[in-house]
Amino acid sequence: MAEIEIKNLHKSFGDFVAVKNSNLIIENKEFFVLLGPSGCGKTTTLRMIAGLELPTSGNIYLDKEDVGYLRASQRDIAFVFQLFALYPHMNVRNNLAFPLKMQKLSRSEVDAKVLEAAKLLRIDHLLKSKVSSLAGGDRQRVALGRALVRRPKAFLMDEPLGTLDAEFRELMCLELRKLHDDIDATTVYVTHDQQEAMSMADRIAVMNEGVVLQADSPKVIYNKPKTKFVANFIGSPGMNFIPINEKISPSQSSIKLLDSSLNIPQQKEGTDSNKNFLGVRPENLKLVSENGVKGNVFGVEYLGSRKILTIETQLGNIKIRVDSDTQVNINEQIQFDTLNNNQIIFDGSNDKALQSDFMS
Amino acid sequence: MDTSRSPLEATGFSRKLAATIIIVYMIVTLIPITWMVATSFKSVDSAISYPPEVFFEPSLEGYVNLFTNRSRQPKDYLDSLPPPDTWYEELVRSREMVITGPSKFLPRYSNSLIIGFGATFFSVFLGSLAAYALSRFKVPLKDDLLFFILSTRMFPPIAVAVPIFIMYRKLGLGDTHVGMIILYTVVNLSLSVWLLKGFMDEIPREYEEAAMIDGYSRMQAFFKVVLPQATTGIAATAIFCMIFSWNEYAFAVLLTQFNAQTAPPFIPTIIGEGGLDWPAIGAGTTLFLIPVMIFTVVLRKHLLRGITFGAVRK
Repeated sequence: MAEIEIKNLHKSFGDFVAVKNSNLIIENKEFFVLLGPSGCGKTTTLRMIAGLELPTSGNIYLDKEDVGYLRASQRDIAFVFQLFALYPHMNVRNNLAFPLKMQKLSRSEVDAKVLEAAKLLRIDHLLKSKVSSLAGGDRQRVALGRALVRRPKAFLMDEPLGTLDAEFRELMCLELRKLHDDIDATTVYVTHDQQEAMSMADRIAVMNEGVVLQADSPKVIYNKPKTKFVANFIGSPGMNFIPINEKISPSQSSIKLLDSSLNIPQQKEGTDSNKNFLGVRPENLKLVSENGVKGNVFGVEYLGSRKILTIETQLGNIKIRVDSDTQVNINEQIQFDTLNNNQIIFDGSNDKALQSDFMS
Repeated sequence: MDTSRSPLEATGFSRKLAATIIIVYMIVTLIPITWMVATSFKSVDSAISYPPEVFFEPSLEGYVNLFTNRSRQPKDYLDSLPPPDTWYEELVRSREMVITGPSKFLPRYSNSLIIGFGATFFSVFLGSLAAYALSRFKVPLKDDLLFFILSTRMFPPIAVAVPIFIMYRKLGLGDTHVGMIILYTVVNLSLSVWLLKGFMDEIPREYEEAAMIDGYSRMQAFFKVVLPQATTGIAATAIFCMIFSWNEYAFAVLLTQFNAQTAPPFIPTIIGEGGLDWPAIGAGTTLFLIPVMIFTVVLRKHLLRGITFGAVRK
């Protein structure tokens, strides 16, 4: 297993820049997720680590060895494709044995390794089956088996659960994470699904438009997003952004909101822009009976364990998460307030979060 | 109203209509072939009798004549010979002739096999390599190249017969197996490249990418992963190439004479006494039909899928 380091990685296809000067270090034994909307460059980054695309510039180090311009076959990594890419003309056993056939192992060694991988993934009873007769989940397991049978330095997975149905996906999330821990793997996992990312990752790198915006643990990504994009992309629904029309000075600890003032975490950084945003997660707001921000209930989404209210206010539409037994009707006048001091101020000039007591 | 039937299924009437059309078409196409096969089993006299004989006494004379050279001998000479050893010698004797040696049919037939299968193999092999490259790589002027490849079939190949004839004479390729294989391969390549490119485009890149990550070179991935999945396309392409090279007549007449002559120009020249030996020609044509028929029957499952490929995405 290995550490992967990406240095100033850049990839452009003609005029289109897929990945812009990205830097990442993926630690040994880490489950690392590249998360972002489609077209953000996450798959291109993964394919460059795999050697399926060559970087326009920059370097990729696998265990300190520069592999950025080596052929895929010379890198000792494994790749799990979204559509599995199981060879349809071979049965399960041959699919699993295929990567080993290049390693000049004896027949018995190959058989032993295939059986070991198959047992680990509980597909040993399927070894003689044709790939086309397998169910989605079993195909997924065979694809994983083919990746791990060789015990490569790192596993790269490109939305491997994307084609499975929701129920199965949750199960496979658990299994994947367990498998990762069991074999001490280093895994780089690409997805656009934040739930998958949050539930499996040691660390998540959120990408947009070819740029790595933030790489941190799921908790930090969620609670202390460094940019407005991350704050909005992570969480469902995303963070509320309330426009504030004042400059922020370092050490400021309250802002003007409508006619009253609101306490915010003490700032350590200011901005000269006077069009900034106050970021508040929907669960950090609460309904109050007086002295709150007034609003009109515009929408109610019932989600089982909770309700998401959309409130029309003078500050724009605000989303609030409340308990599912809270009785609220559409068009009802309500008031709300902040629940705690976890607000983040985003600099309107560059959409970055300002440093504060809370953020640091 | 019968609701047990899906509205997408054919009604009883349209099925019957379809069956009738197919049967009529089948009869129209099969009559000449049946006549040809029947002629091969007729005697020389019966083959040219008027009105034509639909019912006749079958004879293997045509096949014997196809494989042998014979000469007519005086009756007293024939009587002086020892009695015939084999049934075909006896048949020839009864026509007051003796067998003087094997005919050229077998060498011509094997020329056809060598050239036909050789050209098919190279068309498909080179075609699949080119198709893969055009399907996967950034090739400068790719569209123009593809159009150029196609344009080589926009005129009948025989239109360039004279330059090819002169070229082959200068290069010493006239009347050689290699020359004919090269010629038929070249004629077939454009079809093969275009057909196979369609199939290669349909094969997801992930397969070869997976193989390359698993330690295989691109060439190995091509042979071990891509080609097996293009079987349908290869089979369909091979049939088309085979049918062309097997049946080609004009170039074979022009460019081959002795060494590499194929069966098509040879068969119509089988001369008997006092004219063409129709039963022998029928026999030669019947035997000529068999390999390409077996080839097509073996690959027919792929042929149908091959022709309709890409019509519905899986």
